[in-house]
Amino acid sequence: MAFSHEKIETNVVLLSILILVTISVGGLVQMVPLATMDQTIEKVQGMRPYSPLELLGRNIYVREGCYLCHSQMVRPFRDEVERYGHYSLAAESLYDHPFQWGSKRTGPDLARVGGKYSNDWHALHMANPRAVVPESIMPAYSFMARRELRADDAAEHLKALRTVGVPYTEDDIANALADLKTQAGAGEGDIRPFTERYPKAPMGDFDGDPKRITELDALIAYLQVLGTLVDFTTFRPELARR
Amino acid sequence: MTASQGAGAAANPAAQFVLNPDRGEATAVSYNDDIVRKFTAATVFWGVAAFAAGLAIALQLAFPVLNLDLEWTTFGRLRPVHTSAAVFAFGGNVLFATSFYVVQRTCRATLFGGPALANFIFWGYQLVIVLAATGYVLGITQSKEYAEPEWYVDLLLTLVWVCYLVAFGGTLLKRREPHIYVANWFYLAFILTVAVLHIVNNLAVPVSWSGTKSYGVWAGVQDAMTQWWYGHNAVGFFLTAGFLGIMYYFVPKQAERPVYSYRLSVVHFWTLIFLYIWAGPHHLHYSALPDWLQTLGMTFSLILWMPSWGGMINGVMTLSGAWHKLRTDPVLRFLITSVAFYGMSTFEGPVMSIKAVNSLSHFTDWTIGHVHSGALGWVAFVSFGAVYFLVPRLWGAARLYSLNLVTLHFWIATIGIVLYITAMWVSGIMQGLMWRAYDDYGFLQYSFIETVQAMRPYYMIRALGGLLFLAGALVMVYNLVQTAKGRVRDEEPVALPAPA
Repeated sequence: MAFSHEKIETNVVLLSILILVTISVGGLVQMVPLATMDQTIEKVQGMRPYSPLELLGRNIYVREGCYLCHSQMVRPFRDEVERYGHYSLAAESLYDHPFQWGSKRTGPDLARVGGKYSNDWHALHMANPRAVVPESIMPAYSFMARRELRADDAAEHLKALRTVGVPYTEDDIANALADLKTQAGAGEGDIRPFTERYPKAPMGDFDGDPKRITELDALIAYLQVLGTLVDFTTFRPELARR
Repeated sequence: MTASQGAGAAANPAAQFVLNPDRGEATAVSYNDDIVRKFTAATVFWGVAAFAAGLAIALQLAFPVLNLDLEWTTFGRLRPVHTSAAVFAFGGNVLFATSFYVVQRTCRATLFGGPALANFIFWGYQLVIVLAATGYVLGITQSKEYAEPEWYVDLLLTLVWVCYLVAFGGTLLKRREPHIYVANWFYLAFILTVAVLHIVNNLAVPVSWSGTKSYGVWAGVQDAMTQWWYGHNAVGFFLTAGFLGIMYYFVPKQAERPVYSYRLSVVHFWTLIFLYIWAGPHHLHYSALPDWLQTLGMTFSLILWMPSWGGMINGVMTLSGAWHKLRTDPVLRFLITSVAFYGMSTFEGPVMSIKAVNSLSHFTDWTIGHVHSGALGWVAFVSFGAVYFLVPRLWGAARLYSLNLVTLHFWIATIGIVLYITAMWVSGIMQGLMWRAYDDYGFLQYSFIETVQAMRPYYMIRALGGLLFLAGALVMVYNLVQTAKGRVRDEEPVALPAPA
């Protein structure tokens, strides 16, 4: 045997370099091509970054680890499409830092939960899931309706996301807090600049308590926008094929 | 039961040379065993914490009132406490303990960097665990599975990890053995790869330097790919390569046999670390990840079966000529059963990576069952074996306090695992089938909540399995504490077979 492993197993540096080379191949092959985003993500109409209220609601979703029981990924199967709606597109999580596709459905998929239930249903459900679904095993999150949403740093969140590639404009950032209040039904003046920045955004008082903006307002705003942005009347799967 | 010199002459002289751990233990080298004691104690502590947290969240799924309607005690916040405690606290500490024990003895060198570096690694790592766990309870998480800690904990972990590499690699560099023992290849691959995975997956921009929240640089489909490249290889390198390092030292030592095949260890080492990295996309079958990646991930997952079983064969066959010891040595029984579970779960894994199977198993409890046959059967059992090996030696006891209690632990834990994984097989496959069931009129037969309700008995059985596993661990704690105190239980020795 001309080759002997002895050279490798008697040289720490050589062994380390070979290990690093060996483990790099697969990751590079799988991850680098994904960076060519136009090959990976379908062309769709309607996707936009989250509004400030939706974003802070999403952060509550992330904070509570909702993804541990709820997926956000409708697979292209007959039963899933009938149960949840159109299968999920890569484009729909384009602005998701982090992605929340999940790996377990202890509860149902939420990729298209937006608009499926009323705000009142969500408010009751979050306060006590078994009040509306007796067999539910979901924890109650009654504290969310009691707690004021911390929103003073909303602009900072948009700025951080812009750093990692979400296309928020100067305008979006400057108006973050005002937009948040407008969406929650506590704004002053014209709502049009907001609806132009964030088309299709669900608006109003979400948690049944119009006096203040709570964490529950933000979370429900996020849930109500989930899966509603892409315009499927103009989506052509055959053209989106990769 | 003293540490023996590696026994038995292998056919290949190189093998005999390389694969006898502790060939020169007689030579006086002062090892840093203090750090191994610390990490071993931490292993046992965090192990019990991880099993208890697992039991708690298993009970929450069966009895939702146990979420207590408090924000700090919901399933969503406690589940990462369980997984991080199991993987990184229990698993991590046992890897530190065993790697520091093994690298010193197989290199005949004291740990590089001295006690100061070692102690920094120990306390730094414990701080990472405590910061991560308290963060989860308070709602500080990235919600990336198995990479939940936020940026400041990630930075601290990176620092600790670099020190770990320095201490481990430094010891290898100043070794007094010409060859690097096979266990150390696996430990080294584990340390290097986890560093790469951790850094790439956790790249993030903090919202403010004084706050905890950050946003990762990856989004959507790219984040999914990066996360499961990380996530699957947390299994592949943290829970597999590192623990194969444990197997390659402690199985031969406890069995007093040389490793079965030197050539197999070379082949399966390189193929394992090459192939594992590709398998991540099988966590994203039928998702919005491009199809070519899903197919690639499945293909490599199937091929991965081969090196996995190469490792299993090398571990199990090390008992050649020593099988009779399984009758009398419950510590060896833990070690060999762990390798058997490793073989089972590395067969089940490739099966589940097949897209058609995955379409049923994904999102269900089958995945949870699969993880636990690996985590409880392989990772925890091989750890128990190593800890039972280490404690009498580290604390200077003549032998373990009680071998009968080890046997008791073994059987309670094994029954617990069997209850756990069978319950999850049934509930997972049942729920997957219920989701896709149609009635005679072409409507979906079950609402989602009906499938949740159907899980209840299995969630109770799973919790019972977890309770047994925890009970077994508590038996171990008692046994180890008594051992460390130098006590020996007055018990009938297990009948020894007549000498051959």
